[in-house]
Amino acid sequence: MEAFIIQLLSGLDGGSAYALIALGLTLIFGTLGVVNFAHGALFMLGAFCTVTLQRLLSLSHEVIDESQKDFLGNPLKVKVPYLQDWFGEATSNAIIDWSVPLAILFAIPVMILIGIAMERGLIKHFYKRPHADQILVTFGLAIVLQEIIKAYFGANPIPAPAPEVFRGSYDFGLLLGFEPNRIIYPYWRLVYFAFAAIVITAVFAFLQFTTFGMVVRAGMADRETVGLLGIDIDRRFTIMFGLAACVAGLAGVMYTPINSPNYHMGMDFLVISFVVVVVGGMGSLPGAVLAGFVLGILQSFASMREVIEVIPGINQVVIYLAAIIILLTRPRGLLGRKGVMED
Amino acid sequence: MFGLDTKDTRLFFFVAVLVAFAPFLMNPFPTESGLAQFNGGYPDLMQRFVIFGIFAIGFNILFGLTGYLSFGHAAFLGTGSYAAVWMLKLLTINVIPAIVISTLVAGVMALAIGFISLRRSGIYFSILTLAFAQMAFALAASVLTPITGGETGLQTALNDPRILDFRAEGGNIPAPSLFGLEMRASYEWLVGGWSFTFNVGYYISGLFMLAALYVAIRIFRSPFGLMLKAIKTNQNRLNYTGVSTRPYTLTAFVISGMYAGLAGGLMAAMDPLAGAERMQWTASGEVVLMTILGGAGTLLGPILGAGFIKYFENIFSKINDSILHSWFSFLPEGLENVMVTILHPFVGKGWHLTLGILFMLVVIFLPGGLMEGMQRIGKMFSRKKKSDETDGKATVPAE
Repeated sequence: MEAFIIQLLSGLDGGSAYALIALGLTLIFGTLGVVNFAHGALFMLGAFCTVTLQRLLSLSHEVIDESQKDFLGNPLKVKVPYLQDWFGEATSNAIIDWSVPLAILFAIPVMILIGIAMERGLIKHFYKRPHADQILVTFGLAIVLQEIIKAYFGANPIPAPAPEVFRGSYDFGLLLGFEPNRIIYPYWRLVYFAFAAIVITAVFAFLQFTTFGMVVRAGMADRETVGLLGIDIDRRFTIMFGLAACVAGLAGVMYTPINSPNYHMGMDFLVISFVVVVVGGMGSLPGAVLAGFVLGILQSFASMREVIEVIPGINQVVIYLAAIIILLTRPRGLLGRKGVMED
Repeated sequence: MFGLDTKDTRLFFFVAVLVAFAPFLMNPFPTESGLAQFNGGYPDLMQRFVIFGIFAIGFNILFGLTGYLSFGHAAFLGTGSYAAVWMLKLLTINVIPAIVISTLVAGVMALAIGFISLRRSGIYFSILTLAFAQMAFALAASVLTPITGGETGLQTALNDPRILDFRAEGGNIPAPSLFGLEMRASYEWLVGGWSFTFNVGYYISGLFMLAALYVAIRIFRSPFGLMLKAIKTNQNRLNYTGVSTRPYTLTAFVISGMYAGLAGGLMAAMDPLAGAERMQWTASGEVVLMTILGGAGTLLGPILGAGFIKYFENIFSKINDSILHSWFSFLPEGLENVMVTILHPFVGKGWHLTLGILFMLVVIFLPGGLMEGMQRIGKMFSRKKKSDETDGKATVPAE
């Protein structure tokens, strides 16, 4: 039972990253009809927003500290962050400690701007081109973005630790009435899952309960008619692209303590998130979220020692295997609509 | 000639001459000159030109003719490599069985994968092939380690059985050969300041590429090829006329898988080493890049694309800061440093950035690839523009 709950938890938090990326991909596909291979790169850019903020926060200047001496008796030079001059030591340490959650605030405007720039600058010109061309140009863009990050930040992973309070593990079993120390789970992964749930809910609420969201949904169903009604649907879709980029970026920001950001992390996620989108059904937002969690949980259970002993190597291939089976039995994916991408 | 019309014969001989004289063409600069780093005429690179040329020609038979975009072709390349290394280990160090078996094994695998994947089209087909290739990659790197050598890869060893070979005691690990002619053997010819290398492996791969190109031309011009083009144009209409398209697409898929297997087998024959990373999806992406960059659906395009990417991969990645400094040394020092700083991210380890930008430019401005670019340049200089244009318009289907 305990093992089961631990695997379920790990499936949920692994699945939440897939679900967030797949949600953004589906938003773009559902609104603009573009297959965006650069989405993994947006995830990676989000993660590097954290790194950038961390560097900005720890910008420092050197001060000669009389109280500390090196072995020759000369006073040491100490680096003092500018933040410390402004806010005092305790506050500045707390701000630096919380740089990952703070990066969310930093990443939202940055990612929306990047998304809008990408749509206006490049993808706009590809609406009327075949899907293969869209795939290829965004694939090229992904390579370019990745290489720019590599040129600037280097090829090595850059650690970005979680705030002090969330390091270590949490005794999750106590909540469910188990004995202490039976179900222990890393704190930050629980936070990640909660965060993903909030973001997903927010996106759905935005689409469901605001006028803007209503127009966007109408545009997804029939773009031409909405345009004929005198609504500037293109502008709204551009904003949706920014929002989708923002969702991917936030997924990346919060992922940094789990996996230190490096320049190719986006590509690693891209393949799986495409599988997730297709399994969920192209163009279906609930499908993308559902498939993300289902595949995450499947992968987590397939990594159990008992399962691997029976079928060796299943943990490596279970996602693809599930995708093949689902695509062959349910041709439109789990929740796919008729008439999407069928040409 | 050989069942080709005049135009195709000319194309075939053009490529044949290119392949035969590549050691001269790729080495236009004297060895000692400052431009020698632009020389691409060393055996390893030339072998890669033709081998990736085969891979891209095969991919183009599927993508260029039927429009099915496979993102998992590297699986066949990797399988071919593994099969070839096993043949070199078990049967004989002669490369002929290795190459034949690798082609066949990849064909069988393509038959199995294609049979399932071709039930869907469009992006679903791309994802299915991608899923199969990723599965093959993950399994080869982990569970199948006894067969594939896992992360370290598979290579020949001194104590392999090699049942068909006469075995001498001791000595070195034998190099793959064709009836005693070692693949890595080269003849160097020094003329003045130039040095030209003629490599056995290169010429054998080159012959295979010419054969592959010949078969591809025949397929392009055959009724079968016409059928594949019809599938690309409008599959529904074919279905309505009562034609079952599945056997055609499956045959095209198997043929292009066999081309990939042949390329993998040749790779292993040149350098008896096979690793799982050859199956990774980035390798599948690379062949897509080659085909599109050169021009999908054209005969010469994929070969051009493969050569282009492999050449720039090698040349750009070799340029480092000191070479840049020597280029711009005629400028005043401040300006020199500025130029080096500007160019630095694009060369050496950053050549992928250059490739990505080039690729994007091609997709944005030249959807037909390098071939279209060459045609446009050709048109600019030719006088009979108008008759060509009306020809082009007549092929658009009346929708």
